[in-house]
Amino acid sequence: MRIEYKKKIDYLFKGFLLLTGLISILVTIAIVIVLIDDTVNFFIHPEGGGFPTSVIRFFSETEWTPTFVNKKIGIWPLLCGTFLIAFIAMAISIPLGLLIAVYLSEFAPHSLRESVKPWLDFLEAVPTVVYGYFALLGVTPILQWIFRFFGIEVQGMNALSPGIVLGVMILPFTASLVEDSLRGVPQYLREAAYSLGATKLQTAFQVVIPAARSGILAAYLLGASRAIGETMVVAIAAGMYPNLTLNPLEPVQTITGYIVQVALGDLPFGSFEYLSIFAAGFMLFIVTLFFNLLALYFKSKMERY
Amino acid sequence: MTEEIKLKVENFNFYYDSFLALKNINISIYKNRVTAIIGPSGCGKSTLLRSFNRMHDLYEGTRYEGSIILYPDGINIVSRTVDPLYIRMRIGMVFQKPNPFPKSIFENVAYGLRIKGITNKTELADRVEKALKDAALWEEVKDRLNENAYSLSGGQQQRLCIARAIAPEPEILLFDEPTSALDPISTGKIEDLIVELKTKITIVIVTHNMQQAARISDYTAFMYLGELIEFDRTEKLFTNPSKKLTEDYISGRFG
Amino acid sequence: MNYKSWEKIFSILSILALLIVLLFLFSIALKLFLDGMHRIFELKFYTSFPSRFPEEAGILSALVGTLYVMAGAIFWSVVLGVPAGIYLEEFGKKGKIARLIEANISNLSAVPSIIYGLLALGIFVYRFDFGESILTAGLTLGLLMLPVIVVTTRESLRRIPRAIREGAYALGATNYELVFHHLLPYSLGGILTGVIIAISRAIGETAPLLTIGALTFIAFLPPPPWENFIEMLKSPFTVLPIQMFNWVSRPQEAFHKNAAAAGFVLLVVCLLLNSVSFYLRYKLRKKYHW
Repeated sequence: MRIEYKKKIDYLFKGFLLLTGLISILVTIAIVIVLIDDTVNFFIHPEGGGFPTSVIRFFSETEWTPTFVNKKIGIWPLLCGTFLIAFIAMAISIPLGLLIAVYLSEFAPHSLRESVKPWLDFLEAVPTVVYGYFALLGVTPILQWIFRFFGIEVQGMNALSPGIVLGVMILPFTASLVEDSLRGVPQYLREAAYSLGATKLQTAFQVVIPAARSGILAAYLLGASRAIGETMVVAIAAGMYPNLTLNPLEPVQTITGYIVQVALGDLPFGSFEYLSIFAAGFMLFIVTLFFNLLALYFKSKMERY
Repeated sequence: MTEEIKLKVENFNFYYDSFLALKNINISIYKNRVTAIIGPSGCGKSTLLRSFNRMHDLYEGTRYEGSIILYPDGINIVSRTVDPLYIRMRIGMVFQKPNPFPKSIFENVAYGLRIKGITNKTELADRVEKALKDAALWEEVKDRLNENAYSLSGGQQQRLCIARAIAPEPEILLFDEPTSALDPISTGKIEDLIVELKTKITIVIVTHNMQQAARISDYTAFMYLGELIEFDRTEKLFTNPSKKLTEDYISGRFG
Repeated sequence: MNYKSWEKIFSILSILALLIVLLFLFSIALKLFLDGMHRIFELKFYTSFPSRFPEEAGILSALVGTLYVMAGAIFWSVVLGVPAGIYLEEFGKKGKIARLIEANISNLSAVPSIIYGLLALGIFVYRFDFGESILTAGLTLGLLMLPVIVVTTRESLRRIPRAIREGAYALGATNYELVFHHLLPYSLGGILTGVIIAISRAIGETAPLLTIGALTFIAFLPPPPWENFIEMLKSPFTVLPIQMFNWVSRPQEAFHKNAAAAGFVLLVVCLLLNSVSFYLRYKLRKKYHW
């Protein structure tokens, strides 16, 4: 009968839909398996000293040179470079993002909001390799020029320039997330403050921002996760030298920068160098996952009005 | 006068999760008659109506108990073994707010025929024309069949939805407060239409408007808090109700 | 000082912050344009292969490569993303599996893109033996686009009122009839907007493709798909952002000019894609007013 035939197609159809949904889970599983598998291979590889020596070296050595003849596998220089740049980016992104978000959500006229938004969207779509070019050949020369007044020589590769560029790059993302959580604060809270004679600024900073603080925190954590995982800007402008330093004027290498550097060469499958980028990638995955989960936690804590 | 039964509801219960929304309903719907279901909001009248074409199957946590027998073949509508698709092709529905598809007027009416597998162009055109005529909309739209359905007025949209529902020639047509979103003139047209349609189709209408029930229905059921309080011929129920609760409601003491 | 002046100061500061951000965007475009001006207006730049001589080098293979890779990425992300979005929004609603998929997708969208590159290197390139090919690159970018497509599919489905679904079901429509006759046609514009946004993000992605070993010196074109589809999928590739990265990381300034020109082309493509999606969204708001 026709209806039974249709029914069969319907079951197949629903099955297909579910299958495509499950593929996303498969992708996650594949990511985790690949990272763990090759990280384990990295740690049991004889060139790293084998397990458990390699793990101890990973966390105790202060140099990262798996591609050299004299192999040092301390992750700290890469982590240090990664966090140094992310810190600079957040130092730019947090205050500017808050300022822009508060202004757009609480003060700006509707027409201004509508005309600024598409440009912020576009800023998010600019390819990161373009930002990298701008950091290396636009921002760095300016920084060198400025610092020369103070008698300081800035190297062509440094942490400061990609940090600044990253900060502006993630700004539209964080600002729009912050704005969303500010807009989630119900109007009656604002009205309550106004009715007591509070000014707009007082309302924004003493009522609206505290009410939205979990969401704002989540937004910044996601922004930080992006800054940590960003690749091209740092690969182009930060340098290719793993450097355990907190000086933003020196070249540094991030985890992502290291992966790019090694990937540019020809990698024999299963070699120590090949495995080292998975160990570094696993580290990156753990760090960003931590930030993302933390953001998720704060988001779930967000007050529901 | 003996009436032919079209639909027989027996010991019917309905649950939303663990909440018992309809309690032991027993009622007969007669063929080629208009049956109105009235009652205050939340009494379960729409819930009962939507059980007749298994609309509750679309949502999780709903459960039927008991039987709703469709005659002449005597199948139980709410049985698990009966496919809701099969039921919905035999029992049409018109909703509270007009809900035409954002397609052309023609495609709206043809849709029920198309999913029944009718592809012959002349047959489609004939049956669309017939349905639009039956819905008293043909004269107004015959020159603009390819225009989007949303170019029609609210009342026209509702008659289009009626045409869409009657095109596949269902045996029963369910109306769920079909005029609550319309102005009085459009309402009048739809009421006239319902009275005309009953010569071909059995009609069940849920309405919050007692005058409407009195105007167009042959039988009226009064429901309260998920129970069927009284069911009788419309004149009888409105002039000489046998239950105190019914009397209180139709005289406007609550509701 | 009264509160009005404080408010004014705050507004001025905020507008300054906004201006800095927009100025940043403007100066990027200007810098690329000025640096790359000589090459941007040179036809040879678009019709030449990469070369050791900066003034001979062009972006032909990168343009063609971008085209093929993006075609693959769009295919995979739409084929996997749209049905997954339909499942989550329409049929999975409260189930445990649906919630798991949902949480997973939102997490995937926050995974750094270079991790996708490692996944592709470990799985597609070596374990599946697809090699450093157009197929691998398309799959990788497709997975990267997936979360965006899923989310926008769900958002555009959500805009269709429940009454439309009930109307179709009440006539006896099956689930697939509802999807193909109603939900997809009515949400097509919204889904398309999402696809374009996803494309504009993926087209500039460099890191995951570098990781799987995109070459930077490709002096031939892959065979056209209508001649040899399999060979096309298997052929090595380069794309615009990778070509740009290669040029910018060379010491010679002449190559930087090429990088700037390539970057400008990329920027214009992204701006165009964004404008199209913006326009579509605007048109859509007018089309269905329910």
